[in-house]
Amino acid sequence: MALPIDKIGKRYPPLLYAVGREKIREYAEAVGETNALYLDLEAARAAGYADLVAPPMFVVVYASRAFFPALFDPELEIDFAHLVHGAQEFHWDELVVAGDEITTTLEFKETSERSGLRFDVFESVSLNQRGQTVSVGTWKNIIRREA
Amino acid sequence: MSESATPGALAAGDSIALSVTPDRYVTVRYAGASGDFNPIHIDEQFALEVGLPGRILHGLWSMAQVARAVGAAAGDDPAALKSLSVQFRGMGVMEQEMTVSGSVSGVEGGVASVKLEATQGTTKVIKGAVAEVRVG
Repeated sequence: MALPIDKIGKRYPPLLYAVGREKIREYAEAVGETNALYLDLEAARAAGYADLVAPPMFVVVYASRAFFPALFDPELEIDFAHLVHGAQEFHWDELVVAGDEITTTLEFKETSERSGLRFDVFESVSLNQRGQTVSVGTWKNIIRREA
Repeated sequence: MSESATPGALAAGDSIALSVTPDRYVTVRYAGASGDFNPIHIDEQFALEVGLPGRILHGLWSMAQVARAVGAAAGDDPAALKSLSVQFRGMGVMEQEMTVSGSVSGVEGGVASVKLEATQGTTKVIKGAVAEVRVG
């Protein structure tokens, strides 16, 4: 199967995610966060934040949804059953708090093949409602090829 | 949480450590919280059918443990983490202690560089992790 090299640079429609207070708490509890700024509204406000603060890795919640159209894009021919998450990188800028509206755009950046494995790279760029960058993610997936 | 590092004042050579034992339902809660419902994480039979030893942890859950270790060492400042890069290696499993360990390799221009890994027993779940932490 040929690699979708001609699709490098393809961008997917921006996805808007409204950050909810209880979603931050649910996420923080699922990963075992104990920092009160992520769990306790009064503590967050007392520390000077407008609302409950989202932990850095909350990026997964607002950005990964932007992936679904790409993962199931027939033009990329991604064999979902043989997909493995190989590596991940995030850069963070502006903090995210409950009430923010985050827009994430995803781009297909690279695809290559070696040793029977296909390596895909996607980049997500997430902006808040003021147009400030909150995070940039580099997502590296490995797809095992059928023998 | 680090024993040696002063929160928010990471210096070269400081070490970072965190231990956590994921319970057997953590992947179910994390699937709901994150939106990643890949059945290899939540369906034991499906996981076995595709050749896994059973349900495995989400890689991004393990990455969140690395982020948590760094955040705690940086004095719980939510804005401290500037970047985090990880490589996923061995499969993480439930009901086995995961240890995140790392050390500050240097501080330059108000940013500390931290090298970390996450292990369960002899399995490296995350290797080659690099965090940049704002300390200025």
